[in-house]
Amino acid sequence: MNIIKTQKLTFEYIRRDDEGNVEGITKAVDEVDIEVEAGEFIAILGHNGSGKSTLAKHLNAILYPTEGSVYIDGKDTSEDGNIWEIRQIAGMVFQNPDNQIIGQVVEEDVGFGPENMGVPTAEIWERVSESLRAVGMYEHRKKSPDRLSGGQKQRVSIAGVLAMHPKCIVLDEPTAMLDPSGRKEVVRAVRALNDVENITIIFITHYMEEIIHADRVFVMDEGKIAMTGTPREIFSRVDELKGLRLDVPQITLLAHELKKNGIKDLPSAIFTVDELLCALKIN
Amino acid sequence: MIKDITLGQYYQTDSIIHRLDPRVKLVATVFFIISLFVVRGFTGFILAGLFLVFAIKLSKVPFKFMVRGMKAIIFLLLFAVVFNLFLTPGEPAVSFWKITITWEGIRLALTLTTRLIMLIMGSSVMTLTTTPNNLTDGMEKLMKPLGYIKVPVHEVVMMMSIALRFIPILFKETDKIMKAQIARGADFESGNLIKKAKSLVPLLVPLFISAFRRANDLAMAMEARCYRGGDHRTKMKPLVYKTRDRFAYLGMLIYLIITIFADRMIPL
Repeated sequence: MNIIKTQKLTFEYIRRDDEGNVEGITKAVDEVDIEVEAGEFIAILGHNGSGKSTLAKHLNAILYPTEGSVYIDGKDTSEDGNIWEIRQIAGMVFQNPDNQIIGQVVEEDVGFGPENMGVPTAEIWERVSESLRAVGMYEHRKKSPDRLSGGQKQRVSIAGVLAMHPKCIVLDEPTAMLDPSGRKEVVRAVRALNDVENITIIFITHYMEEIIHADRVFVMDEGKIAMTGTPREIFSRVDELKGLRLDVPQITLLAHELKKNGIKDLPSAIFTVDELLCALKIN
Repeated sequence: MIKDITLGQYYQTDSIIHRLDPRVKLVATVFFIISLFVVRGFTGFILAGLFLVFAIKLSKVPFKFMVRGMKAIIFLLLFAVVFNLFLTPGEPAVSFWKITITWEGIRLALTLTTRLIMLIMGSSVMTLTTTPNNLTDGMEKLMKPLGYIKVPVHEVVMMMSIALRFIPILFKETDKIMKAQIARGADFESGNLIKKAKSLVPLLVPLFISAFRRANDLAMAMEARCYRGGDHRTKMKPLVYKTRDRFAYLGMLIYLIITIFADRMIPL
């Protein structure tokens, strides 16, 4: 069974003027159909305002579709009785680490989710240490979140979701506010969860280099899914990506330009310097 | 300047005071404050001071952290001292020009400052040795009976703990906005009081906006983690009284009795 399934999912924001009259309706998400299988690593790309965050919030029952429907693990998000179960199955990590850490001590924050679910005390402790180990933050468990770096804070947020034993984690631009080393930390932690614990990952980002490891990529534009495919397929369509105001990694761009200007037998998408060197030497 | 505030800042170390049940610390702090206002003479203050020093030593928190919180009330203290010194009628001690300082004034000013200083330090011992979460857990448990008269104890306590969590973040933010405004030529230092107050507007508006934005984000993050009020919750760190907590209660009671008795018996 698909862990995530949306059918003609549409979400409208109603814009109002100062007096509260309806000015217009913006379709943030427009008839999106996606299906995600358990264990997949999905990346969602898109420039600002493309609707990717709105889509993410539907997967956790924070927003409900205006039209169409969302099924998480077979459960309809628009049915009231399902909310808490869905929020447990599909955990969510947000962009700003400061605005999602509730606890004053790392371990207390990780325990917040299980506490809300009514998990017995002894088991909460087990889950907390297990989740903190999974993201490599166990030795910082007694620290105040204020003393951690951005990447570490974001890993704590991931542990907080992990402690709820979700089947799927939705990360809404978790790296947008981090420095390059923090971004790498987070991506590494997320990949480990996908590989080791087989948790389905929905990773939303606008950094191209972070999607390389995904199984599938969705590119969003104006509320619609504009492109789908493996990272290699997506990266081979450089001109289309540029049209959607997205930058490809420099090395991919270089390979693309080389190919356009004469070196015809280069493979269609190059991710690393080594790959390019290798391809050029053979020729 | 903005980093000086220690109230609500936990100092991490391992001491017997840190390990005490937060309920004990709360009740003890309340009793300590009561004792400060019940005693009249200096016998009581000396005993209370000794007790405070003893508690600080036990807590292993460096003394300078206690004093740091004092800077926030320095003006309040100054006001209190000045008014009490000059405006208390009684037997004159010093007299020059139109100003008279009376013995009663000196005494009042001294008692007031000792009380305030010890009050702040006493509560700092509590806040420095208890994580705010732990503290609010203690409050929640202590105030639970209020739930029967429809007081939303859990909600109030949750709000308090979140407020505490965001104090350092908002301070950092204030600092950042301030620097950004200064870089663009804002002046927070010069001018009279009214001008200074006016210059705070460009600081407060962005701060409020960002605070609301944060609140919105946090509410969403909490809901995403299945938060739905206090009813179904279990506790990661449930509060259970241990032997040391019973001893602490006993010790507090003994302190209270001795101090009040000594204060009444040996007036100083």
